[in-house]
Order: sequence, then structure tokens, then C-alpha cells
Amino acid sequence: MKILVCITHVPDTTAKISFTNDNTKFNEAGIQFIIGPYDDYALAKAVELKDTHGGSITVLNVGEASTEPTIRKALAIGADDAIRINANPMDSMYVAQQIAEIAKQEKYDLILMGRESIDYNNGIVHGIVGALLDMPSISPVMLLDIEGTTAKLAREIEGGKEFLEVELPFVAGCQEPIAEWKIPNMRGIMTARTKPLKVVEPVPFNPASGTVSYESLPEKGSVKLIDPENAEELIDLLKNEEKVL
Amino acid sequence: MSVFVFLEGSEGKIKKSSKEAISYAVEVGKIIGDDEIIAIVLGVYEDTDLEKLGNNGATRVINVNDEKLNENQISIYAQIISEIIQSGSANLVIMTKSSFSDNVGARIAGKTGASIVSNVVSLPDVSSGFSVRKSIFTGKAFATVSLSGEKKVLIIKRNVIELMENGDKADVEKNPIPDNLKFNEKITGLEKAEGDILLDDAEIVVSGGRGLKGPENWGMIEELARALGAATGCSKPVSDIGWRPHHEHVGQTGVKVSPNLYIAVGISGAIQHLAGVNSSKVLVAINEDPDAPFFKAADYGIVGDAFEIIPKLTEKIKSL
Ligand SMILES: Cc1cc2nc3c(=O)[nH]c(=O)nc-3n(C[C@H](O)[C@H](O)[C@H](O)COP(=O)(O)OP(=O)(O)OC[C@H]3O[C@@H](n4cnc5c(N)ncnc54)[C@H](O)[C@@H]3O)c2cc1C
Repeated sequence: MKILVCITHVPDTTAKISFTNDNTKFNEAGIQFIIGPYDDYALAKAVELKDTHGGSITVLNVGEASTEPTIRKALAIGADDAIRINANPMDSMYVAQQIAEIAKQEKYDLILMGRESIDYNNGIVHGIVGALLDMPSISPVMLLDIEGTTAKLAREIEGGKEFLEVELPFVAGCQEPIAEWKIPNMRGIMTARTKPLKVVEPVPFNPASGTVSYESLPEKGSVKLIDPENAEELIDLLKNEEKVL
Repeated sequence: MSVFVFLEGSEGKIKKSSKEAISYAVEVGKIIGDDEIIAIVLGVYEDTDLEKLGNNGATRVINVNDEKLNENQISIYAQIISEIIQSGSANLVIMTKSSFSDNVGARIAGKTGASIVSNVVSLPDVSSGFSVRKSIFTGKAFATVSLSGEKKVLIIKRNVIELMENGDKADVEKNPIPDNLKFNEKITGLEKAEGDILLDDAEIVVSGGRGLKGPENWGMIEELARALGAATGCSKPVSDIGWRPHHEHVGQTGVKVSPNLYIAVGISGAIQHLAGVNSSKVLVAINEDPDAPFFKAADYGIVGDAFEIIPKLTEKIKSL
């Protein structure tokens, strides 16, 4: 089975988010970048599928050279080779166009990625890629089993799950508990250095959306503590002051 | 020109959160000068329910009334709606964010080349071009995004607009199902929490964390939730260990909620948990550790043992 895993290179989940240049640029100072947590689930699932069914895993990132350490980490976790599309990932449509272009040439059996990136949170790249390639796209996928050319999946819905079957090839946006995150071992880290990482120039495509400016959240006022002996007072405050009851 | 709204339902009922998109569209229509708001509903629904969408602001409803569409088929839905859009009468499609509509909206954009943005939290600003505010970094910041394509898909966050109710009735137009559809996804089953208030629709959420020590202690959380008319949620480790079902997991990698009131019980307040709750109107933390990070994010806090405090709160609510 030939699997493509698309990953984002995003600030670590504990990162303090701030902006520079008059709120027009994300402040990268002191930020540690990681594989997007949902993409990490997709990658972990790909490794499990390869263990069971054989095949290969290619990891793909649309990003500038600074994303290479993140790509190497994916190689250390178990991808066989990598493609970096040398471009600033300007918007979801742009990224999807780039992924679709590669997928048209390479004909993967399965395209996995996270349900959404944790920076822009659009959660739409998988769907756009599916439409561009005229294949099914399913998200957020929490269970995935493959038998022959048929996949059995569970997709999370509000308040439950939907079970479905779909024929390969297709695109899946992944989330837990599809697989357990994998931590690279020493051997993985060593071999990752020499695994092939191909840099490809993007296909020209004009993004149709752009970020004009950013805003941080307003500072939160301090907490009002209520004496546990008079816990009931909380209810009065919520009812009379906040009017949320 | 008109504005299209895609409405989503399940088991013959149109989702309430999805109707918010109609009221949003009415406001957008006022800004861009379109007053025809067309709701698209796929599958079999009661005629009276379809007419009642007028109450929320729809002027017309297009319903493809075929039971083959009763299941939420991602690619089929996207195909039908894309064809309606490409027939030329609208440039704007609006829907409320959900685990289904994200897929449909994305495929519509892929098929039609529309500019698309999700997690929208404001009405568009058309003073120069067309831009909207959206939530980014999992609720930790906002961005203003401009959309330049002629066709646009906006996926709005829940609770960004009050559901309008004006008593009007919409005209309902029934369309036949196109005959060129390729059913790619075979839906084989559905598993849904019975009778509970959905986390996504809830005005109040009561969540429990590892501090509750075990699944057997959730009775008091459920009782408080019932008294408040609230949905129940949990932290990630709680669903990871299987104390609670996965769809209750709130946070960065789980459900993002924005209720009027979020009560966190025995949850430490890790940044990844807060990312899923920080757009709630009022945050309450109940934790025995005065240094729990949740108290830095909360509006109200009680430092103490949840096992003593929760029953007191439930009793007080019941006495109101
Ligand atoms: C990439 C990534 C993504 C993540 N995504 C999420 C996410 O989406 N959602 C999420 O929740 N977490 C997420 N996490 C995990 C997160 O970092 C925390 O580990 C998790 O939120 C902690 O859950 P908790 O608060 O229930 O448990 P703990 O941190 O163990 O906290 C338990 C709390 O209960 C209190 N307590 C104990 N006994 C009592 C008592 N009797 N009465 C009152 N209080 C009591 C304790 O003081 C403590 O504060 C993520 C982590 C990573 C790395």
C-alpha cells in the first residue's frame, strides 16, 4: 500500500501566541515547532498500516526550508521518504492544490492528514484535495481498517460516531483514537538523516484569500474565588450577576 | 443575486446550530445588498419544518426530497450543492461549522474554485474588498482574512449570531435528485448518545477531569448537568482511559465549545484543554489545588473538594 501523509509544521501546543510588525506577522521568536498533533495521528496510523499491509509511506509538507527538522522527525517516526513543496503555505486552497498536484503524479492508495491544522484551524484541506482528485474525502476519522481495497472507518459526529465503508483510494482527515502517537526511537532518528527528502517547486496558483491582520485575545481579568463553605453563592452569582442560568 | 445557506440535519430534524447560518446570511444580505436567502436542505423532511426556516430568515428553501439523501453523504452533498451554485444564481454559500459541514464546504470549494474560510466569527467587512474575522490558533487569537474569489464559502462558528425568529414562512421548492450521482461512501451504522444534550448545541457545559478519580463518580456530574440543562464534557485523559466516550472530549484535540457557561470540575487547566473552552462566556473552575492553572483562566473559582462541592451546587439549583 502506497500511503501519502501530509503534515503541518506548527507551534507547539503550549506556545504563547503573539504577533509582530503591527499585528501582521506571527511572532516566531522562542517558538518550538512540531508536527501538527492531528497529523501526528495520521502518521502513526500510516506506520501501523504499513506494519500490517506492507508498502511505503511518503510524508509531504508545503513549507519553506525551516520546516525540514519537522519533516525529519516524521521520517524518524517511520515515513520512508519525504517531499517538501518549497512554498509558504498561503491558504488552505493553495496547500490543497500543491498536494493534489503531487498525488496526481504518484497515485497513492491512501492520503492521510490531520483533521485540521492547529494554527489556522480551517479543517478543509482534506476535502479540497478529495474534490480536486475526484476521490472520497472523510473527516474526522477516528477508526480505520483496511481489507483488500475496502476501508472501514468511523467518523466522529456531534454526540457520536458514524460508521462507513469506502473504496481505496481516498483522503482521510485523522484524529484520535485512530492510533497512538509514536515517539521516534534512536534507530529511527539515525536513519532519518539519510532518508530521501525531495524539494519540489510549487505549481503556480494564486491564493484567493489572505490574512490582513492578527489579534491576540484580550487579557483575562482575575478570578473571583468563592468560599467552598458557601459554594451555593456561585449559583446566585451565575444567575443574578452573569445571567447565564 | 441571492445568498445560499446549506442546512444540515440528522434523522429528519434540521440541526439548530445549522439554522444560525440562515440568520447570519440575512445580516450578510443586508451588507452586500442581497435579500434572497435560499436554504438548501437535502433529504426527506416535514414540509412544515422546511417552511418554518422562514422564521429564521430564509426566503426560499430548495429541498432535494429523496430518501437516498437521508444519510449524510459527504461527496454527494457537495456535488449537488456545487451544481446548484454553478447554475449561476449565487456567489456566496454559508454554513455553520460541524464535523459534516467542514467536509461539504471544503469539497464545494474544491469543485467550484470558491475562496473558502472556516471558523468565521464576524460579519463581513466590505469597505474594501470582502474580509471576515476568524478564530485561529485554536481559540488563542483571531485573524482578519480577505477573500478575493468571485465565489465564496463561509463556514461560521456556532454561537456567533443570535438565531432570528420573525414568524415568516419560506416558499419551499422541491428539486429532483440528479441522476449522475456516484455514491462513494456506504454508511453502515450510527452510534449516538441517546437523549443527551449535545455538547455542540449546549448553552451550559459541565466537564469532569482526572480529579474525579474514576468513571463511577460521574453520577454527580451528570446530576448537576441535568439540573442545569447542561451537556457533559471531559478532559482528554478521561476519554483516553475510557472513563467517558470520546465525543465528550473537550480541548485542542477534541470538541471546541463556546457555551454561555463552562464548569470545569477536577480539571487542571492545561493549555490544551483551555484552547477548547476559552471562547465560553463564563468559565468556572472547581479544583482542590489552589495553584491549578485553570484559576488563571476562570471567571469564578472554588478551591475545594469536588465531591463535597458538586452536590451542594446541584441541591441549590434544584431549589431555585
Ligand atoms: C498535543 C496535545 C494535545 C492535547 N489535547 C488536549 C485536549 O484536547 N483536551 C484536554 O483536556 N487535554 C489535552 N491534552 C492534555 C493536557 O495537556 C492535560 O494533560 C489534560 O488536559 C489534563 O487533564 P485533567 O485536567 O483531567 O487531569 P490532571 O491534569 O491530572 O488534573 C486533575 C486535576 O484534578 C484536581 N483534583 C484532584 N482531586 C480533586 C478533587 N477531589 N476535587 C477537585 N479537584 C481535584 C487536581 O488538583 C488536578 O488539577 C493535550 C496534550 C497534548 C500534548
